[in-house]
Amino acid sequence: MSNFKPGTTGVSAREAGVRPKVADGWSMPDGLGFVLPLVLAILWELLVRQGLVSGRLLPPPSRIAGTLMELSQGGDLLRHIIATSARVFTGFALGVLAGTLLGALSGYSALTRRLVDPTLQGLRAVPSIAWVPLFILWFGIFEASKVALIAVGVFFPVYLGIMGAILGIDRKIVEVGRVFRLTPFGLVRRILLPAILPSFVLALRGGLGLGWMFVVAAEFMGASEGLGYLLVDGQQLGKPDQIVAAILLFAVLGKITDGLLSALFAPFLRWQDVYAGGA
Amino acid sequence: MLEIHNLGKIYPNGAHALGGIDLTVQQGEIVALVGGSGCGKSTLLRLISGLDQASHGTVEVEGEVIRDPHPLVGIVFQEPRLLPWLNVAENVGFGLAALSPVQRQAKVTEALERVGLGGYGGKWPRELSGGQSQRVALARALVTEPHVLLLDEPFSALDAFTRADLQDHLITLWERYRPTLVLVTHDIEEALVLATRIVIMQPNPGRIARSFEVALPRPRQRHSEAFDAEKRRILKALNATLADPPAREDGLIQGAGI
Repeated sequence: MSNFKPGTTGVSAREAGVRPKVADGWSMPDGLGFVLPLVLAILWELLVRQGLVSGRLLPPPSRIAGTLMELSQGGDLLRHIIATSARVFTGFALGVLAGTLLGALSGYSALTRRLVDPTLQGLRAVPSIAWVPLFILWFGIFEASKVALIAVGVFFPVYLGIMGAILGIDRKIVEVGRVFRLTPFGLVRRILLPAILPSFVLALRGGLGLGWMFVVAAEFMGASEGLGYLLVDGQQLGKPDQIVAAILLFAVLGKITDGLLSALFAPFLRWQDVYAGGA
Repeated sequence: MLEIHNLGKIYPNGAHALGGIDLTVQQGEIVALVGGSGCGKSTLLRLISGLDQASHGTVEVEGEVIRDPHPLVGIVFQEPRLLPWLNVAENVGFGLAALSPVQRQAKVTEALERVGLGGYGGKWPRELSGGQSQRVALARALVTEPHVLLLDEPFSALDAFTRADLQDHLITLWERYRPTLVLVTHDIEEALVLATRIVIMQPNPGRIARSFEVALPRPRQRHSEAFDAEKRRILKALNATLADPPAREDGLIQGAGI
């Protein structure tokens, strides 16, 4: 799956945001982060207006804004956004469900791990895009094959994250549970789950990032709506402003959903003792 | 009363970590286990706690055989081992899940006050110093009112000042609850400050070499003449034990902080 290069899909900006620790996930926008893109946008706008560059292949911000306005007339843009988001969330939900179940089993039971993990690690080495032809044969060219591809992309980081987190739980903390004679269920609920929660959230965020990445690949397979369709359409009809607009939408949607995911779990992770970064 | 009969631990690789320990500790005694590394003192503690299983022999507390962790036996480890996702009060109340929230709250508040941390209940473990964390660990172990409290080098990671402070604190708590304390330590002085009895252990296989009653009145003054005299007496006996070594004994002198 990592063979899929994010550079051309506008995912890279969000990918960078997936990595940092959980605690600062929904950091307050303090304005500083807007300075660089704003300066670049204004600069580009001025250069194009002065006629110093043509702006044909990289349209200025005003034209992109115009395209976005145009697309949103009649609800077209919303339809594309909803189509793509629905694919991501369905695939994400399925991938998380499968990844969590299998990851938990592999982490908790050595037998399951020895039985299942080698196969999954082998499958993980398959570039996920390689599944596309097969999924199209199996599920047809409509929604099911797209969702399946996204689910596969989401599955592996979640599976690995959960399994690794369980295997990495401090034995000494588990022993505290034994001292107080927790039942197996109590051990899971009161020690294991809280202990893996930070890694789980990171795994979910990583999975969601890959979900957004794979939705583009899925929509490249052929779609009549969605942001990926806008990309393909923009390329075929020579509309760079539409391509850039879609790329920007991916960046915004990815950042927002990642932030929402972090915000959802933030109340449960306030206890974390983390290096919050320098001033 | 804590009764240990012929307690042994043989690891799967055949190493005799502990060979046939017999030890009886009266209710309210404080026994310090000292000895070099590999003498089995931590192994012995873990067998008493029920966290590890013996290869042979029995541990009984109040006539109940200990095979698994038991409500009559509490333990404080070298590290506080607080659960980082629970605040201080929730950590202390961790073993009181069977009580109603109101009862639990009352016990936790009292236990925290006893260890001098009243008002700290809402803090996170990460906000505590090492000494405060270990006090919370003490409170967590004592709040369930065990008859036997095991302490595995509980203060060894603390600075000298905090350590002395916590030793005094432990004695105050002991005077209130009168649990039996079994303490593993490397520090002869700590053993002398705390213990009613010092048990010296030897390795290969781990066993009890000698045992001394500590004849010092409480509160014990660390720098009194009587304390020094008792220390000399113990050290002399200790050296006599070491001078007659059936196996290597190097760890004891170095580890004893002499």
